[in-house]
Amino acid sequence: MTDEKKVDGPAEAVEQPAVEQSPENVPAPTGEVRKIGERHGMFGVTGTGDTSGYGGLVAPVVYPAATERPYGGWFDIVADGLDPLIESVVIHRGEITFHIAPDNLVAAAKLLRDDPSLRFELCAGVSGVHYPGDTGRELHAVYSFLSMTYNRRIRVEVSVPDADPHLPSLCGVYPAVDWHEREAFDMFGLVFDGHPALTRILMPDDWPGHPQRKDYPLGGIPVEYKGGTIPPPDQRRSYS
Amino acid sequence: MGLEEKLPSGVLLTTVEGVAGYFRKASFWPATFGLACCAIEMMTSGGPKYDLARFGMEVFRASPRQADLMIVAGRVSQKMAPVLRQIYDQMAEPKWVLAMGVCASSGGMFNNYAIVQGVDHVVPVDMYLPGCPPRPEMLIDAILKLHDKVKATPLGPNRLAQIRELEAEGLAALPTSDMKGLLR
Amino acid sequence: MVSTSSTSHEDVYAGSSETRDARADRVFTVSGQDWDEIASGLKDENDGDGGDAYERIVVNMGPQHPSTHGVLRLILELEGETVTEARCGIGYLHTGIEKNMEYRSWVQGTTFCTRMDYLSPFFNEMTYALGVERLLGIEDGPDGVPEKAQVMRVLLMELNRISSHLVCIATGGMEIGALTVMTIGFRERELVLDLFELITGLRMNHAFIRPGGVAQDLPVGALEEIRGFVALMKKRLPEYAALCNANPIFKARLEGVGHLDLEGCLALGLTGPVLRSTGYPWDLRKTSPYSGYETYDFDVQTWDTSDSYGRFRVRLNEMWESLKIIEQAADRLARMEGEPVMIADKKIAWPSQLAIGSDGMGNSLDHIRTIMGESMEALIHHFKLVTEGFRVPPGQAYVPVESPRGELGAHVVSDGGTRPFRAHFRDPSFNNLQAMGVMSEGSMIADVIVAIASIDPVMGGVDR
Repeated sequence: MTDEKKVDGPAEAVEQPAVEQSPENVPAPTGEVRKIGERHGMFGVTGTGDTSGYGGLVAPVVYPAATERPYGGWFDIVADGLDPLIESVVIHRGEITFHIAPDNLVAAAKLLRDDPSLRFELCAGVSGVHYPGDTGRELHAVYSFLSMTYNRRIRVEVSVPDADPHLPSLCGVYPAVDWHEREAFDMFGLVFDGHPALTRILMPDDWPGHPQRKDYPLGGIPVEYKGGTIPPPDQRRSYS
Repeated sequence: MGLEEKLPSGVLLTTVEGVAGYFRKASFWPATFGLACCAIEMMTSGGPKYDLARFGMEVFRASPRQADLMIVAGRVSQKMAPVLRQIYDQMAEPKWVLAMGVCASSGGMFNNYAIVQGVDHVVPVDMYLPGCPPRPEMLIDAILKLHDKVKATPLGPNRLAQIRELEAEGLAALPTSDMKGLLR
Repeated sequence: MVSTSSTSHEDVYAGSSETRDARADRVFTVSGQDWDEIASGLKDENDGDGGDAYERIVVNMGPQHPSTHGVLRLILELEGETVTEARCGIGYLHTGIEKNMEYRSWVQGTTFCTRMDYLSPFFNEMTYALGVERLLGIEDGPDGVPEKAQVMRVLLMELNRISSHLVCIATGGMEIGALTVMTIGFRERELVLDLFELITGLRMNHAFIRPGGVAQDLPVGALEEIRGFVALMKKRLPEYAALCNANPIFKARLEGVGHLDLEGCLALGLTGPVLRSTGYPWDLRKTSPYSGYETYDFDVQTWDTSDSYGRFRVRLNEMWESLKIIEQAADRLARMEGEPVMIADKKIAWPSQLAIGSDGMGNSLDHIRTIMGESMEALIHHFKLVTEGFRVPPGQAYVPVESPRGELGAHVVSDGGTRPFRAHFRDPSFNNLQAMGVMSEGSMIADVIVAIASIDPVMGGVDR
């Protein structure tokens, strides 16, 4: 889908040196990777009497690193259009992800929708992801945008800390995310400021906690059968 | 023996219980309680190929007040459980519940925060039907087995005695968690 | 059981803050009873002016209503029989499938996600499998998913599209009182399910499309059955057209109802037949083809009325297109006998070799004999892959597919483990249901039902 069509974008995207941005916004150069978690041992559950020695293994969890320009194809056109608002860009397996700070989200969404060189008409939704190991930016909201005009699909990722899970709502720009944001709130506790009615959508109204966060247990019960008891999947000895 | 010999031909003697049971099972109206995948198979059972009409059951009543049987077809979520109970309470006695599919019977593969681990936590269940989802033939089989049960249900004091007996049996029964032996 | 509570008792469902003016802080919760009695009762309380009977009337429809397409709860504000405001209450079928998937291996994930949108199981599996395959980097190429698996996926998905559209038309017909449409819809669906059973062994919830390919090869005689099915459907599909297309009652119920134009569709993120009924030929099978859809000859069906009738016609026409694709796929499969249906990489491919035994489908005895008797390494490998599963490199992927209801995509996140770190499904039913209010406000209650049926939400997909 490398759409090479040249479009009239903003004539010159304002070149902004990285130093002008706040330090944490400096994109990691290619090659430098950020560890956002650790994997301990061979099995997901501890305390099972594993004496093999593999229980002591510690492996970092490393996600694809930020990419530097040129991104190639239409990726550059979109990146030009969004340039001052981007925190970093990750290209992995042919999909482009723009990391954007929460404060810039609405501006970026407006640009994505209205800029004639971008024209992302459709926001496919929000998916919350909880990375407990990504200190200071534990909760991620992942948006998928689709431009039908140019047949392009991008992903926008916004990260907020667990302690202050606030990010602006995109409801005003893309009404389609209304229920998606409510679902992300329900499941992860992400608070979308400015949403007209941010209430639980899938769980009952009085439900305590946000079930799909990593620190929320699966909530299964042990299964008993004729003297045998099998713990729920999250408490079993298992690989991870 | 007296009475039988004095009867004209063509008259059959039976008990009130027998007649009531026979009529109850012969016009059994299920309430539509379709929840998930099983609901589609339940609708298929009412469709042309499997044809529940053969057993006088094609009339799925939308109103619980007109129904005798609640087929809980699918997974019952924590949010749905109070609704399910309300529907059950609105049904007129006598009423029966059929837990269709493994999710309604025991929670099945969804052993998690959202699903009630067996609809018998909420309403009394008369027949459990395994399968994910059960085939329409299996549903029909379960319904026919329930028919037999309904037909044999006693009335009045006999019914009360039966309930007491079942209750005593249940209280004396060994809980599953205390059962020992092979897992079979 | 009839409760007509007024000011004197506090109503738990409506706090006093909800109504503000002096005499209107009364809420009537009614379930059952004759309307005249209720209205006359109100009159008495209000010194005969009937006042509150003309106030807001909010009716809860569902979650257990036969016409709401599953456990959907509609909250309708009515004025007479006109709906002035409409909202949905969902979540009554929330199953926590996404959370459950995080505790199972990548392959087992298909078993869970197939139960989301239970009318289009293959599409759920497909988008999940595509996401995992993209993260693994085995989407295409000589080392990727084999050609035969791709063709079989297309074949199964198109069969599934037919069965799903049939249920949509059938239940939609039932909800507006056209019971014949329902019975013939389910009659034809049985034909498709018989094919599914022949190919996958199950009528529903197949877990057949796995990361790396499909679970097993086509059984003997499947292609003849499929050809027979296509021939039969070509005779049966015109029945729907004859029954509905020009039927004045059917048209009167559907035409102009649930209107949503292109701008509305894009703003609310609607895709699928609803979007195509506005005349915009957006179909992911054409715009971002997967599984080799670019090599099949078919057309994107559109209609230009933006209403429920248009959506019905789009679905009807799409079934014809699906038949075309099925024929082409069957022709290709006929030339591919004996080719592999699972990726060659033994680190990913599910190791079992299934066969029909005396007690049903299971591991073939030959395979068990080999791994148990001849090759210790094969046994270890089998054990590791089945219990532990394969690892997927860290990253995230979103590969949407065109499901019968629109864009269905799985946002799959891996942390390099043997289990999904997060799998979120962007289900078209969930998204499209948001348009219910826009489509039905200002219309009659009966039209709300038609509008919802034309969106064709499947609550298993909405609530997941």
